[in-house]
Amino acid sequence: MSFLEITRSTLIKDIRLEWRSKDAINAMLFFALLVVVIFSFSFDPDAEESRRIAGGLIWVAFLFAAVVALNQTWARELRNQVLDAYRVSPAPANPLFLAKALGNFIFVSILELLMTPLFVIFYKLRALGPAWELVPIALLGTWALVINGTFFAAISLRTRSREIMLPLLLFPISLPALLGMVNATTAVLTGDAPARFWIALLLAYDVVFTTACLFLFELVLEAE
Amino acid sequence: MKRGFTILAVVTAVLLCFGLYAALIAAPTEQTMGNVQRIFYYHVSSAWTAFLLFTINFVASIAYLLRRNTTTDIVALISAEVGVVFCTVVLVTGPLWARPVWGIWWTWDPRLTLTFALWLIYVSYLLLRRFSTSSQAAVLAAVLAVFGGLDVPLDYLAIRWWRGQHPAPVIGGGGSLDAHMWYVLLINVAAFVCLAWLLCIVRYRLEVLKREVEETQALESLMEAGR
Amino acid sequence: MPEIDSHASAVTAENVIKQFGRFAALRGITAEFAAGKMYVVLGDNGAGKTTLLRTIAGLAQPTRGTISVLGSTSIKFVRARIGYMAHPSMLYDEMTGMENLRYFGRLYGVSSANCRNAILSVKLDPDLDRLVGQYSQGMRQRMSLARAILNDPELLLLDEPFSNVDFRSAREMSGLLVQIRDRGKTLFVVTHQPGLLESVADEFVYMESGRITDRSPKLRTVAQ
Repeated sequence: MSFLEITRSTLIKDIRLEWRSKDAINAMLFFALLVVVIFSFSFDPDAEESRRIAGGLIWVAFLFAAVVALNQTWARELRNQVLDAYRVSPAPANPLFLAKALGNFIFVSILELLMTPLFVIFYKLRALGPAWELVPIALLGTWALVINGTFFAAISLRTRSREIMLPLLLFPISLPALLGMVNATTAVLTGDAPARFWIALLLAYDVVFTTACLFLFELVLEAE
Repeated sequence: MKRGFTILAVVTAVLLCFGLYAALIAAPTEQTMGNVQRIFYYHVSSAWTAFLLFTINFVASIAYLLRRNTTTDIVALISAEVGVVFCTVVLVTGPLWARPVWGIWWTWDPRLTLTFALWLIYVSYLLLRRFSTSSQAAVLAAVLAVFGGLDVPLDYLAIRWWRGQHPAPVIGGGGSLDAHMWYVLLINVAAFVCLAWLLCIVRYRLEVLKREVEETQALESLMEAGR
Repeated sequence: MPEIDSHASAVTAENVIKQFGRFAALRGITAEFAAGKMYVVLGDNGAGKTTLLRTIAGLAQPTRGTISVLGSTSIKFVRARIGYMAHPSMLYDEMTGMENLRYFGRLYGVSSANCRNAILSVKLDPDLDRLVGQYSQGMRQRMSLARAILNDPELLLLDEPFSNVDFRSAREMSGLLVQIRDRGKTLFVVTHQPGLLESVADEFVYMESGRITDRSPKLRTVAQ
């Protein structure tokens, strides 16, 4: 029952549970599609500046889809008080957190993989800068949303109006990451400026907050 | 204790009056912006006071996580509350200044944007305190405060770089300050810090009383109906 | 590191007070419970029975006072030796019984074989393909008990294990509990059906309004 073992078991368990209750996945995928459509109707995709605003649009769309997914993270653990079963066991708090974060990362990435081609098609996107840089941007940006999202979702467990509390806590803290994701993506799409600074910022954000989350999650789990 | 409070109140009143006079009358008129610029003294003083209070909140939150001392928890709470008040003043005086000078209500000036980000973080902190149902709500809030504190340097870098690409009117006076203006600014900063201190003392006492009442009620329910 | 002495006391409480805001669930519990006995905890709803068990299990922190469990004041160190079962099943509805136990077994470092044995000991079929969500109440309670005894705990805390369970299942469960006690383990059973354990329990603990009002080796009749 090493740390990694527990993380792996918990992650596999979550994937298995998610797979078996497919309704949630289907609803989430459809929601992601709807977000793209709404954005395409609201922000004219044929406009000349679409390449300049697409970065922002995409990440805001990802953000909203992610929040819906993140709110579900801990919901399963509250049914039948099954979270108590983990808390009462000798297993440390962090494997649980990492497993949830990784599960969310996988799930949000799937949503992004669905939404991105649609955005590319609707907005006729083409990267004028180094397109390969979009990969680290997507990975680092998604991790930034997911790591704090999972953490604040856990904090929100013990609040009234749980679902609204998550975005209220997440958005302000995510500002630097949001600036990073959006500006990096725009830089690559327009080819106007190097994205390097933004990628470095995202990396710093991810390192700082992953560390903070791992340090402090136990306190959050133990707070009844 | 009471004597100290009265003295502080008097000092604050004096400084505020003097600061008002200095800002509105004694200070030299700014070349380009005219008298509207005088709002700068309040804008910047509020900003420094707010940052000071938020720093106190950060330190108190860490202290609370380490020691779980109720006093540090109360200090964290009140410094956040009073800090948000002064931060709001910054965000209101900013547009009040920008409008007559540049004709726009808002500009994504780096400092103003950073202040806005801080305001958002601390309002979310206060909301968490209000909405939390946990017995360890204070711990959760302290954790959020730590996250907020870690966020600030990242915010600073991000916003600086972001606005570096889009130069905009700088609210807060980018260039060097006339010696006279420095002097007026410092007086007003001192006045605002004293005012903040005063507000904190009052709020602290209020919070202590509030907790005492809750304790008493809990104690009563502890005694009653038992054998 | 708190000292762990081989004292014969399973649980020692020193003026334990637990408050939820203005409501006091436990109003000063001072008691010592020797190891190797079965304690049946009785009382009306709101008497504090559930809170007491949760405090012993480490799921709730006393607002004031200290509690020592299995010789340690820090529950973290003895979690591996505690088992806890509550009225909610603390199981995942979308997994089979064996899948559930195998996962929780990982948290305790318990092998698959021992998980099978735990399920067999509550007279259920480890190879049953049915998801726990489709179990009858009696089966669910028994599987929940299997989860609680997975790690062969020295201290077993059961909160209303017999509620909504058919008579036959309840009889089998109490038989199992007696076997566990006879092997030298300590049990706390909260129940509204003390008759099931009348002839086998070592002590009946009566609670009212957050206090322990009486402890007796014999079950009180209604007249008393």
